[in-house]
Amino acid sequence: METLTAAAAFAAMALVVPHVLLGLVNKTKAAVGGRRGPPVLQTLYDVRKLLGKGAVYSTTTTWMFRLGPVVGLAATLAAATLVPLGAVPLVAFEGDAILFAYLFALARFVTVTAALDTGSSFEGMGSSREVAFSSLAEPALILTFASLAHQAGSLSLGGMFSPPTGVHSAASTVLAVGSLFIVLLAENSRLPVDDPNTHLELTMVHEVMVLDHGGPDLAFILHGAALKLTLMAVLLVRLVMPVVPGLGAWGTAALGLCGAAVAIGLVESTMARLRLVHVPQLLVASVCAAAFGLLLNLR
Amino acid sequence: MSPASRFASVRNGESIEASKVPVVSAPEFRSALLRAGAAGYRLAALLGEPAPAGRGASLLAVLADDAAGKLFLVASEPVERFPSLTPDLPQAHLFERELRESCGVEPEGHPWLKPVRRDGAETAAFFREEGSEVHEVAVGPIHAGIIEPGHFRFQCHGEVVHHLEVQLGYQHRGAEALLRGGPDRRSLAVAESVCGDTAVGHAWAHCAVREALAGTLTPLRAEAVRAVALEVERVANHLGGLGAVSNDIGFLPATAYFGRMRGDSLNMLMAMSGNRYGKGLLKPGGVAFDLPPPMRAAMAETVARSSREVAEVGEMFFSEPSVLGRLEETGIVTAAVCRDLGVVGPSARASGVDRDVRQDHAHGLYRFRHIPSIKLESGDVYARTMMRWLEAKRSLEFLSVALARLPEGELAAPCGAPAPGRLAVALVEGWRGEVCHIAKTGARGTFDWYKVVDPSFHNWMALAMAMRGGEISDFPLCNKSFDLSYAGHDL
Repeated sequence: METLTAAAAFAAMALVVPHVLLGLVNKTKAAVGGRRGPPVLQTLYDVRKLLGKGAVYSTTTTWMFRLGPVVGLAATLAAATLVPLGAVPLVAFEGDAILFAYLFALARFVTVTAALDTGSSFEGMGSSREVAFSSLAEPALILTFASLAHQAGSLSLGGMFSPPTGVHSAASTVLAVGSLFIVLLAENSRLPVDDPNTHLELTMVHEVMVLDHGGPDLAFILHGAALKLTLMAVLLVRLVMPVVPGLGAWGTAALGLCGAAVAIGLVESTMARLRLVHVPQLLVASVCAAAFGLLLNLR
Repeated sequence: MSPASRFASVRNGESIEASKVPVVSAPEFRSALLRAGAAGYRLAALLGEPAPAGRGASLLAVLADDAAGKLFLVASEPVERFPSLTPDLPQAHLFERELRESCGVEPEGHPWLKPVRRDGAETAAFFREEGSEVHEVAVGPIHAGIIEPGHFRFQCHGEVVHHLEVQLGYQHRGAEALLRGGPDRRSLAVAESVCGDTAVGHAWAHCAVREALAGTLTPLRAEAVRAVALEVERVANHLGGLGAVSNDIGFLPATAYFGRMRGDSLNMLMAMSGNRYGKGLLKPGGVAFDLPPPMRAAMAETVARSSREVAEVGEMFFSEPSVLGRLEETGIVTAAVCRDLGVVGPSARASGVDRDVRQDHAHGLYRFRHIPSIKLESGDVYARTMMRWLEAKRSLEFLSVALARLPEGELAAPCGAPAPGRLAVALVEGWRGEVCHIAKTGARGTFDWYKVVDPSFHNWMALAMAMRGGEISDFPLCNKSFDLSYAGHDL
């Protein structure tokens, strides 16, 4: 029975939840800007439309270019099996947090190689930026996991999120939340690190790497990106909110995700984008927050 | 000897007999221009008049003495080649490239003699850095957004731009050739289409040339309606530009608000002329439509509301730390570079170079009602953006007064055919800067030639200079802060 529930949670999380979450972010941004905004499920409609299209491949690209979107989505889906949306994740074992981080790294690696495969100067710039920024975002994520794992005594995502037990542990959780939120914004090309809506190739980080993909490939990429955002948002929700009595694990997750979407939307509505040279400073701050959190826990 | 002693002098919107323009030898022409440049005169236009007997062309320069409010004209004897002015007078850079292309005159020793608009411009070699660590980025002419075509070639070292070359010419429609032989019934429409977002500015300059050549005295009420239209155009474009800058840095609320407010201003032009860009409002001799009291009342209400909203949204925008962090110290152009390149308009004023046709060469209603000119010093994206906000506010103040006290009188005076053998110069401060139209009539009273200089023609090089040593990711923002026209450059 428990496995069935976990499988249902996984299916929902993998298919619909990412697009609802993005839709809520966009609705929040629209509301602050005095607009009505696109329908909540617009990104899902986009993915469905793209799946019905053909793809055009440049003659300079090789199999690596076609591998990127498929492996990228597969790795993100695999990572999704480890994330506890409801009470328990679909798959859990000691040390799966490390696998989770490296599945994201694998997705990034294939995306970057696919981008470099095109030989376009835009995609080269985007790849260089993506790799530079993620080399700072990854330590922040790993340090946060280390801190949480030490606190809970478990290196599995399913058992890592325990309520804080004292002042130090509470402070450490606050630092972990801050760090994880910055990593969430940076890894998912949200403001103030990247602008998901911009059409200006020269300023893009993540978007410019997928300019040459079209049709089903682009659908895979868009869906994978939405899923990645959801996974990180779920981790954040589990970290912030213990199960709210009366709502249960599911209700808490739904409430928390809505809150996360609104928070992301508000950040995007009230901030301008950072100058590209200042992005590393933000990420270093997130690494520092995670490191201090770990130190507090080790004390 | 004053630098102007050999020149013919005219004021903005006046014409003189073409034979009164002094014709000097080519070396004298060169030294006179260099002397004038050293004395702080600005090269408003440099053009070639094909020699009647076959090959070569005689050069004609229009120099602006902004301090004295005078324009000076000097011409050279026909030449086939001449030593380039550009090494000593960088303002002449693009004019000389254009001369070679349109008249076949060779500026010898020009540092970068490529076509400006004609075929072959895009195949000519670009300036290129060599080395294993530099890379080249080519952007355009087809862009991702809804903008005009233009090609940008960057030489980069990592994220740092060493050099940017701007290659335009994709929008060349032959506007000057269409105006040659006029004026006819389509001349005004061609002038209005030189640059779609400055339709009122170009229409005014064209009308001023026609009126100067025909000796027409424009009624004051017509001048007032023109000034109202020009300032509404300025407000619309400045607000649109502020919204676009805000969009480029991902600051969404201001994008939406400025975008809507731009619509309010465009709707005012729509009410005045039946066209959102004010096309068809002006005509030689005056204006085609009056501002009846109910329309004025409605416009005054819109102006009052816009003034409030522009102030509010602008304060919100310019007090946001992340916005300031993004805009400040990005894409700096110094006052010295502006003077060297002959930059005009808000871009020059943002770098501390106080140039404004409305103040320096006042014409029409601006002779009686002044708009105080604004000057900022820092020359970065912040200054150029702030300039547009301040100017929009000043223009709205002007509008509220001008609408309340519109002079009485006729809407238009009859504007006849141009007098033969005359030359007229008209400058108008469009929202982007100095719009310059020059025309000369032949023996039959038709245009022998007609020259248009859009402010963008002066300013594109400043964008390239602003990018030197900057981040390539700052280019779209920097480009938007200048907000130059491709069509106005390409004619």
